[in-house]
Amino acid sequence: MRTSKRWLAALTTTAIVGVASAAQAEPITIEFWHGLGGDTGKALEKITDGFNESQDAYQIKPVYKGNYTETMTAAISAFRAQEQPAIVQVFEVGTATMMNAEGAIYPVHQLMDDQDVAFDEDDYIPAVASYYTTTDGEMLSMPFNSSSPVMWYNKDAFEAAGLDPNQPPETWSEVAEYSRKIMDNGYECGFSIGWQSWVAIENFSAWHNSPIGTKQNGFGGLDTELVFNNDLVTRHIADLREWQQEGIFQYGGRRGESLPMFINGKCAMWLNSSAYYGGIKSQADFEFGQAFLPHYADVEDAPQNSIIGGATLWVLRGKDNEQYQGVARFFDYLSQPEVQFTWHQDTGYVPITTAAYELAQEEGYYEENPGTDTAIKQLSLNEPTPNSKGLRFGNFVQIRDVINEELEAVWSGDKSAEDALDSAVERGNQLLRKFERQNAS
Amino acid sequence: MIERRRGLTIFSHAVLWGGILTVILPVYLAFVASTHPLEDVLSAPIPVLPGDQLIENYTAVLTGSVANFGSAPVLLLLANSLVMALGISIGKIAISVISAYAIVYFRFPLRPLFFWLIFVTLMLPVEVRIIPTYEVAANLSLLNSYQGLILPLIASATATFLFRQFFLTIPDQMLEAARIDGAGPIRFFIDIVLPLSRTNIAALFVILFIYGWNQYLWPLLITTDQDMGTIVVGISNLVQVTEAEPRWPYVMATTVLALIPPVVVIVLMQRQFVRGLVEQEK
Amino acid sequence: MLKRVHFKHPVLPYLLVAPQLAVTLVFFIWPAGQALWQSMLVEDAFGLSTEFVWFENYLALLSDPQYLNSIKVTVVFTVSVTALGIGSGLFLASMADRVIRFATGYRTLLITPYAVAPAVAGVLWLFMFNPTVGILAYLMHGLGISWNPLVNGSDAMVMVIIAAAWKQISYNFVFFLAGLQSIPRSLIEAAAIDGAGPFRRFWTVIFPLLSPTTFFLMVVNLVYAFFETFATIHATTSGGPANATNIMVYKVYRDGFEGLDLGSSAAQSVVLMLIVIALTIIQFRYVEKRVEYGT
Repeated sequence: MRTSKRWLAALTTTAIVGVASAAQAEPITIEFWHGLGGDTGKALEKITDGFNESQDAYQIKPVYKGNYTETMTAAISAFRAQEQPAIVQVFEVGTATMMNAEGAIYPVHQLMDDQDVAFDEDDYIPAVASYYTTTDGEMLSMPFNSSSPVMWYNKDAFEAAGLDPNQPPETWSEVAEYSRKIMDNGYECGFSIGWQSWVAIENFSAWHNSPIGTKQNGFGGLDTELVFNNDLVTRHIADLREWQQEGIFQYGGRRGESLPMFINGKCAMWLNSSAYYGGIKSQADFEFGQAFLPHYADVEDAPQNSIIGGATLWVLRGKDNEQYQGVARFFDYLSQPEVQFTWHQDTGYVPITTAAYELAQEEGYYEENPGTDTAIKQLSLNEPTPNSKGLRFGNFVQIRDVINEELEAVWSGDKSAEDALDSAVERGNQLLRKFERQNAS
Repeated sequence: MIERRRGLTIFSHAVLWGGILTVILPVYLAFVASTHPLEDVLSAPIPVLPGDQLIENYTAVLTGSVANFGSAPVLLLLANSLVMALGISIGKIAISVISAYAIVYFRFPLRPLFFWLIFVTLMLPVEVRIIPTYEVAANLSLLNSYQGLILPLIASATATFLFRQFFLTIPDQMLEAARIDGAGPIRFFIDIVLPLSRTNIAALFVILFIYGWNQYLWPLLITTDQDMGTIVVGISNLVQVTEAEPRWPYVMATTVLALIPPVVVIVLMQRQFVRGLVEQEK
Repeated sequence: MLKRVHFKHPVLPYLLVAPQLAVTLVFFIWPAGQALWQSMLVEDAFGLSTEFVWFENYLALLSDPQYLNSIKVTVVFTVSVTALGIGSGLFLASMADRVIRFATGYRTLLITPYAVAPAVAGVLWLFMFNPTVGILAYLMHGLGISWNPLVNGSDAMVMVIIAAAWKQISYNFVFFLAGLQSIPRSLIEAAAIDGAGPFRRFWTVIFPLLSPTTFFLMVVNLVYAFFETFATIHATTSGGPANATNIMVYKVYRDGFEGLDLGSSAAQSVVLMLIVIALTIIQFRYVEKRVEYGT
């Protein structure tokens, strides 16, 4: 391999002249690749600027690399070519892929330890930390932007339909009932859902304390299998299918493309991430509120607790010690309560440390902005069970695509809920076996 | 004599205007959306007449006061796209015209091998081999450089193919005449072949300029320095905001700005573009 | 195929071919070789653990209903895009040919979409078809047509076909117009004297004479629809809903670039390469033949 590379380089020097090389200047520059666009990206730059101004030995250079998927793939391609950044933001579904790449990642607990920077895993909110921690309790990546799905609702629409705007529906039957009332009053649809796999399957299962896969949702090993084609989830998807046909529920895309449906006052309720707070606040011209996710009243364990979405910061190997010292200090900086509190206000992501959450309470932030603590309350509603700690499945980006495809076939009426979920589980399990094999080192 | 049917002529004009309206509609709506405040664009139905925010929106986009953080000023992105498009079009034409000349006008050992090596690349886009290509570019330290943006995209034989087709139509008498005048291969190439290929070069220039200008995935992958970004990547970054609705007026204003250079190239070189392409086909 | 008269030179041809050969070897043949190698491996995303498996990835593809579906989708998509793009281009060009006086002006107006990047074209059409804010969705809703590309696979297919064909109309138009204007007037006049009306003249005289142009455009449009529409699909439907628009090129991208399944994605790339090589050979055969009967 090496010789062929050298031969290649020699061959191309005839055709290629001049290669850009970055001159090393003080201070030490640390690349941080991320996938946050728009205002959220601006809020991120506020943090890196703050760190860069707080000291003069290190400069964190944030680089926007497209959406989460593009960012992760770019970082992995770069790693394969030994051009990787020191820090990369990876969304929660990439966790298993990153965790199993043992030679590529530098676990955060070890980094902090090696670099002598104070670090206590117990400072972090349990529902957040547990998602990124090994079964031995070691944190592998740095929690950064975590959110949870909530139910956004249009208070004006509730009021106009004669409903109490401070009594959002708590159960699915209430959601259907209220939707019909609101629609009788001229609204086009009752509710829509964004990130359907995350909201209607993953979080739905955790919220009802029902397993998504065996082996504690994959935390216990690569030989996990998906089991979300159970009666409970099937019932929920079948209900949604019926509501989609009735018009109560309107599907609006795989990610957040259904946001305008809520903002334009087309649908009165919207189930999606708490992190849309900034966007909804600046674009909706009605009173809105956040409420807990609905549950089925006859399920005994519900509501349990919801699980997170968003992303964490992973450190990649292959950099020198000086850089890692800077990374460790940066992580320390961004965990500070003030920094976290500002981030929480700017974006709607949950504060990742208990101290930051307490600071927000002390400052009276939740009195002034009712509903902004919905996500964190939901996440810490109960002690997480093996079904509600989170999930850790390999190839999960592809599995989510499979779930999206199968659910779309349900919404269009081509498949029954049962067939679609069986098929999603079967195809998902094939991807899990493939991952197990790819990572059999 | 062909009859003149007034009705048919009017019909033709009507159809053409219908066609033009259909074809231009998306671009026109983009322009309209770029002249309104966001609320108007987000509330159905969207406006069909230009609004009053033209100056504000374009100023905001050009001065970067709304620039998606992490993206360089729009003018710099446009400049990068221009360098990339010019590099790809000029580079590809330069290497293609000489290799096609060699393949058509010379007989030499290994010629068939070279021929197939080059022509096998005829239609495979970079997206399909993107990860291995990225690794090669990284090994040669071409990331974040104009060379890296340009070189991998000139590795395709489309232009060579067109030149070869054209050279085959140049009558052999030309070469015989040049020979009698004592012209060698280089003189023949410079004095006869290049001037004859003028319109083809112009046509290819238009096609390749647009091809280069419109690249998306490759620049996205190999640039990590925001000052090396290109405008098409910039537009998709504006669309892919995290957990909010894109600011459509700014997206569309950037889109309109990004359209100007390729449209100018096409309109200015229209005649050569058409002639150069069609002469081959007759 | 070679000219009867040619040069002989010991070094010059090699020098002339060298730059293109170098670029091709480094940026095409080498990565293609790597793709071939990768298509026989099962490895994790980071390339830390690899296993050589011969043709297993290929066999898995052939037994994968999703892959067979994407072949079917590709055929429907490429044929529709080609037919729609060529049909509209020819229709508009024959209209413009009748009103010679304004043809250049019309041409300038019609050529704009050619300059729009596929990625941006996707954004534009998505914006117009957006169920909530899109003007087209609004119009159709007003007409009582239920239209939802997010749920309905055929609606989504129609949307991506229109978005992809739209970009090609102007290109086809330019070629057809030039082809029409190069048809000798005397031929058409002769047909007119024989009493053939404009429509019959078109089918019996003009269309057959345009066949070389039509064939050329068919090849160009097929290749475009097959490969270059990646960004259009990416920006509009991402292959959905339920894989209704997941064409082969997009699947290669999605499995490799997003799903990080490099082995399967590389195997799909190799299949595409073989298709391309076959297409190239067919085209050469045809072109060589055509050059010989000296059109």
